[in-house]
Amino acid sequence: MAASRIDVRKTYKLYIGGAFPRSESGHSYEVTDSKGRFVANAALASRKDVRDAVVAARKAFGPWSARTAYNRGQILYRIAEVMEDRRPQFEEAVRQSEGASAAAARAQVDAAVDRLVWYAGWADKLAQVIGNANPVAGPFFNHTAPEPTGVVGVLAPQSSSLLGLVSVVAPVIVTGNVAVVVSSYARPLPAVTFAEVLATSDVPGGVVNILTGDAAVLGPWLASHMDVNAIDLCGVAGSPDLATSLEVAAADNLTRVRRAPDAEPDWSAEPGLAPMTAFVEQKTVWHPIGI
Amino acid sequence: MASTSSTTGGFEYAPAPESRSIVDIKPSYGLFVDGDFVDGQGSSFKTINPATEETLAEVAEASEADVDLAVRAARRAFRGWSRMSGRERAKYLFRIARIIQERGRELAVLESIDNGKPIKESRDVDVPIVAAHFFYYAGWADKLEYAGLGANPRPLGVAGQVIPWNFPLLMLAWKVAPALACGNTVVLKPAETTPLTALLFAEICQQADLPPGVVNIVTGAGATGQAIVAHPDVDKVAFTGSTEVGKAIARTVAGSDKRVTLELGGKAANIVFDDAPIDQAVEGIVSGIFFNQGHVCCAGSRLLVQESVADEVLARLKRRMGTLRVGDPLDKNTDIGAINSSEQLARIRELSDVGEAEGAERWAPACDLPSSGFWFPPTVFTGVTQAHRIAREEVFGPVLSVLTFRTPAEAVEKANNTPYGLSAGVWTEKGSRILHMASQLRAGVVWANTFNKFDPASPFGGFKESGYGREGGRQGLAAYLQGGDL
Amino acid sequence: MPTTALAAYSEVTASEASLRRFLHGLPGVDQVGAEARAAGLGTRSIKTTAKAWALDLAIRMVDLTTLEGQDTPGKVRALASKALRPDPADPSCPSVAAVCVYGDLVGEVKAIVGSEVNVAAVATAFPSGRASMPVKLADTRDAVANGADEIDMVIDRGAFLAGHYLQVFEEIVATREACVRPDGSHAHLKVIFETGELQTYDNVRRASWLAMLAGADFIKTSTGKVQPAATLPVTLVMLEAVRDFREATGVQIGVKPAGGIRTAKDAIKYLVMVNEVAGDDWLDPDWFRFGASTLLNDLLMQRTKMTTGRYSGPDYFTLD
Repeated sequence: MAASRIDVRKTYKLYIGGAFPRSESGHSYEVTDSKGRFVANAALASRKDVRDAVVAARKAFGPWSARTAYNRGQILYRIAEVMEDRRPQFEEAVRQSEGASAAAARAQVDAAVDRLVWYAGWADKLAQVIGNANPVAGPFFNHTAPEPTGVVGVLAPQSSSLLGLVSVVAPVIVTGNVAVVVSSYARPLPAVTFAEVLATSDVPGGVVNILTGDAAVLGPWLASHMDVNAIDLCGVAGSPDLATSLEVAAADNLTRVRRAPDAEPDWSAEPGLAPMTAFVEQKTVWHPIGI
Repeated sequence: MASTSSTTGGFEYAPAPESRSIVDIKPSYGLFVDGDFVDGQGSSFKTINPATEETLAEVAEASEADVDLAVRAARRAFRGWSRMSGRERAKYLFRIARIIQERGRELAVLESIDNGKPIKESRDVDVPIVAAHFFYYAGWADKLEYAGLGANPRPLGVAGQVIPWNFPLLMLAWKVAPALACGNTVVLKPAETTPLTALLFAEICQQADLPPGVVNIVTGAGATGQAIVAHPDVDKVAFTGSTEVGKAIARTVAGSDKRVTLELGGKAANIVFDDAPIDQAVEGIVSGIFFNQGHVCCAGSRLLVQESVADEVLARLKRRMGTLRVGDPLDKNTDIGAINSSEQLARIRELSDVGEAEGAERWAPACDLPSSGFWFPPTVFTGVTQAHRIAREEVFGPVLSVLTFRTPAEAVEKANNTPYGLSAGVWTEKGSRILHMASQLRAGVVWANTFNKFDPASPFGGFKESGYGREGGRQGLAAYLQGGDL
Repeated sequence: MPTTALAAYSEVTASEASLRRFLHGLPGVDQVGAEARAAGLGTRSIKTTAKAWALDLAIRMVDLTTLEGQDTPGKVRALASKALRPDPADPSCPSVAAVCVYGDLVGEVKAIVGSEVNVAAVATAFPSGRASMPVKLADTRDAVANGADEIDMVIDRGAFLAGHYLQVFEEIVATREACVRPDGSHAHLKVIFETGELQTYDNVRRASWLAMLAGADFIKTSTGKVQPAATLPVTLVMLEAVRDFREATGVQIGVKPAGGIRTAKDAIKYLVMVNEVAGDDWLDPDWFRFGASTLLNDLLMQRTKMTTGRYSGPDYFTLD
């Protein structure tokens, strides 16, 4: 007798400066599952959304980079905690997006949470591992330590919609940078859910901004943006011409480029330091030693 | 006082020229490829003494084909050099370091003749740091697995290196020493106005019995540099020079697997607080901008002085500038030598004229400049604002722009308000403020209560448009090893 | 001597607190930077005519000194003769500026040098300065009464290091008063800091200003009894102080490094520093002295080398 309930369909939006706006362009696009069935409409980010996200990121950079490393580590761990809490939702999103089996989706969520925990621990250790006291030939205190490079554009991987995403975002922010992320175009839903986690995990607004849309369209705006300090081209892996054009565009203000791999890597492998060191600047400070 | 008579005549320093007889400049030079000097296939160009405009030598201009031969030689040599044990490679580098020390006076005189820098700087700064650089990286060659850059550190291959004219031999050392220590071979191009010490270095490689092809030196101008950067068999590009060329290199290598380090321009703020050790700060300002005629990418070309002490600092600075001795680079008492080229002199003059036209006040001490050669007096501009071109563009000459600030926050804001980010200076006796400023300044090197200090153990390199990668120290190895996570 | 500009500093010395505030408000001295500047000046290469000029000037600036327990009238008379005619073989060689002895031997020197060379006496319980004030003042008056042209006093380093700046100031003021002769003229007062005991350049700068405000005619580094004695960087800081003091008050004060300057090469480095830091107004025996004993013979040997073109040997110069 009772009619079947009508779903409340969610409208997926962007995540910019800690808020969830629609695309400035008003456009959205259809997101389907791995079998091509309609799942939802996602906001189609435009160049103006890129512009707004960079402004929000720049605003967040000073305070975020000034936080203690311990505090940043705590916040990354908090993200892991909140994700852990939302495991079923992430498993569903990954399963839907990637067509993964329930077990595979679960494994990917596990790995993503674990990766956040791994990076959280790096916050107050990286400087100790890659920084130096330099024994110069003179009466000077001299040391070198990493500092965040600034606003990092992240073209997130197209295939690995959650573990890949987490694996490119966490190293950027744990080192004190802020990120403007372009999610996987075809598989944006885990990114949107991740944005909701970020919004409730003590991550200050603007530290991570997530745009759903096409890396081929948004990438050039990010790469050529004069207020972007670095860019991770992972999301255009397998498109060497596009990657090259983005690297050329990045040269205009010597944006640091983390080149795209030939193909998406095995995200389950231990990341090493490179994802973090690509986005730090080594600063050397001198001071005389005297009485 | 039943005094002794007082007949002060003034202390005029008599000329104290360093003898140039120690150097033997040949009438012409070829390219150094595969262990031998060979004729180039291209044309040639003259290198002159910028202090006199006399022609010193005719130097081969390496063509694309010459560059290709050099890269091939480097590739052939790479096999043996990279497989040689680090312990053996180290000994070659130690040998080179020793020869540089032994021939230090010769190198210093030659550098001053070709570059125009004062002999006291080439003798007391450039050459000793060059030797120190080779000593430092020699010691790394057999310890790379301890550098924290991976368990099995491996070289990249052939490094193409392009260096500027402001520190010809020192920049060569910064490039060659870490490359060789890590097991790479190199093709290096010195700047077209200062090729001679690099060619003497080639002789030193022969003297050290360095295996042929490990170091190749090709002289030439921009086209030769471009040929190196674009060569498909070059695995690594290291460049020091202008930001404009740095960007062009970044575009050239886009899409390739080439690793790149760029050490580019700067417009460093030298910040003087009201509690600074004032006499040392004045020295720091002077060495910050007038060292090496201001031909220094990390020069403290923007003096930011706290308003409350601005008049006093300026008065002391001007008095001090009055004691700077401009003239013959080979005179041991010369503080400021010749501008390296007529082109650079024109650029300095142009920007200085613009500074005046834009309303800044120009001052230079009275000084007699030689009639031939390229000269520019130590110059300070006051009343400069952030909007002036001389406050934003790199002059690369002995020209200081003075701006003022009121609070530490304003100092940080003005210091960072530039596309560059190579270096910065801070002068204050307050320790906590130093650490605060050091953390806020977006620059790769922060000199606190000192300026323009260099050491092989100390990493150097910029933020933002001053380039990327670090040279010197353990970090300097990362640029020449696979993986190479800092 | 006090001018209106100097009078403006009377408030500074009105109380212990104000004097401390003033001295501690002076700009700091960065040790490494100061030493680097001094070393840089030391690399100047002084040759030919400039060297000949500098050597003669350095001879004229020497306070030829003997301050030993074993000093006798005979010893100081010999020194006095040397001061008058440092190189008996060369009448063109100038006399030194002064002979510096203990106060009881002033008369012996005076008898030889008359008014051609000054006589300086150390006083105020030299070298330690550890005596009561009446004793120090009696020491000073005695030397002045014996005919001393110049008094080299020591400050109470203990009081200075304990922060009792006003006490040190008042002792200098009192000693200066003790330098006044019955005719109203006064023996020139050199104030010795013993910079080796003050340890920091900040202290040297403070001591310099304190002494200058108290009426010193000269500020002097050391007694020669404590190591390190005079050094180039200490002298640099003192030259900066007299330069700044004249700028502030219009009053010019002299500087005397003493102890440890043994070679002509060293002396020339000091003259270069005087020239480039304080300026050539100070390149005069009225404003710069070397407290030294063995230095003179090296200056003479180098002088002979300049005139004869060959190296000389110690046997050709008198040992006094």
